[in-house]
Amino acid sequence: MSDDLQALVDRLPSLGDAVLVTLEMTLGGAVLAMVVALVLGFGARTRSLWVRGPSRVVIEFFRGTSLVVQIFWIFYVLPQFGFKMEALAVAIVALGLNYGAYAAEVVRGSIESVPTAQWEAATALNLGWFHKVRRVVFPQAWALMIPQLANLLIQLLKGSALAFYITLHDVFWWIDNLQRDTRDTFFSYGVGLVIYFVIAYVLTWGMNWAEERAKRRLGRGTRPRLRDVFGLKPGVPTEIARVKGGVA
Amino acid sequence: MNEEGIWSWEKAWEVLPSLLRGLVITIEATVVGMVIASILGLLIALAMRAPTRWVRGPLRLVVDFIRMTPLLVQLVFAWLLLVDVPPLVIGFGVLGVHYATYMSEVYRAGIEAVPPGQWEAATALNLPKGRTWFAIILPQAIRKTLPGLGNYAVSMFKETPFLFAITVVEMYSAALNFGANTFSYIEALTMVGLLFLIVSYPTSLLVRRMEIRFA
Repeated sequence: MSDDLQALVDRLPSLGDAVLVTLEMTLGGAVLAMVVALVLGFGARTRSLWVRGPSRVVIEFFRGTSLVVQIFWIFYVLPQFGFKMEALAVAIVALGLNYGAYAAEVVRGSIESVPTAQWEAATALNLGWFHKVRRVVFPQAWALMIPQLANLLIQLLKGSALAFYITLHDVFWWIDNLQRDTRDTFFSYGVGLVIYFVIAYVLTWGMNWAEERAKRRLGRGTRPRLRDVFGLKPGVPTEIARVKGGVA
Repeated sequence: MNEEGIWSWEKAWEVLPSLLRGLVITIEATVVGMVIASILGLLIALAMRAPTRWVRGPLRLVVDFIRMTPLLVQLVFAWLLLVDVPPLVIGFGVLGVHYATYMSEVYRAGIEAVPPGQWEAATALNLPKGRTWFAIILPQAIRKTLPGLGNYAVSMFKETPFLFAITVVEMYSAALNFGANTFSYIEALTMVGLLFLIVSYPTSLLVRRMEIRFA
């Protein structure tokens, strides 16, 4: 055990870099996913078939094919067609597109569950489309979508472990090296899983904070109990929420 | 790559039989994993209703821990730890346990959605606890969980390629093997993607219909 701890201490300096790579993928992927989600989410609820059709096809395509296949396809096959990207970029793009497609459904569902009267009131005030969305509809939809987006963020973090197989030195790589050093699977993977858990916990915590903030800005804020902020909310199955119109 | 062009239909047809063999393993893993997940998930959901927090607290921690750490790392962990167990069995087990933590939330929501009147009626009829659960509560709760079960089945199907990390030859590993032998990764990997889409899209449409019926 003391040998294990010694190996762990020796390896600690490289943990920072490994966590950084995982975080880069998670946050980069999340930002890209959000952009994709907004474009596709709004695209999927326009009236014009020429926008709605392609949005739906892209959403179903990325949701229907597996993340594993997508990441390796972008890494191995796309360069043959002349698009070569760095491994980190491949991971971010794959994670962003895959989870962006899932998040698009969340965005669409949440926007749809904002009462129509809100749109009508904004129209009555003679706001343009952009203003309506930016000032009236989106803030309300945002508060609804955060819990589901938080779930997806954790899924994205977990998916980023795949990057080890496309040569990136992320947390999984670090665990693998620790296992080689110590030859103690239980210890090294135990430590590694705890690291992932801590990252996920911090992310959840941040999303809980964002949700409170979004609600407060709508004037629906309650002063959260400490338990709400630090607690892990039970996951809402995102795909069920989609059909029920975003709120679960 | 080959001289005529980047994509060769010949290679695409050639890889298909081994991919279909992989597809069988993939579906097997999904079905067995889902059976484990739905039984274990129900047990977790029931245990979470235990009156004492000495049961709920630790269980909550374990469930959150499994749910918030990567499936891939869990798979490799179990595979390295249990050397004597065949990889496919480890795959079934880890997929099952991982998804059981998701399923337990679906069951919880389903149980909570049973109207309180049903509980009260059961009490009024002086039904024993076992009968209240098995004859009144669970039949109503499980009906509500069916769409969730379907959704997670589709999502588990798409996560089975992770099994490549523990040397199970499912669809994705089959494609990699083919690519390694013939240097035609393009056809192999693209066909895998298409097969996933062909299976999972209709299934998710089916699940969506189910949601509308049972919701």
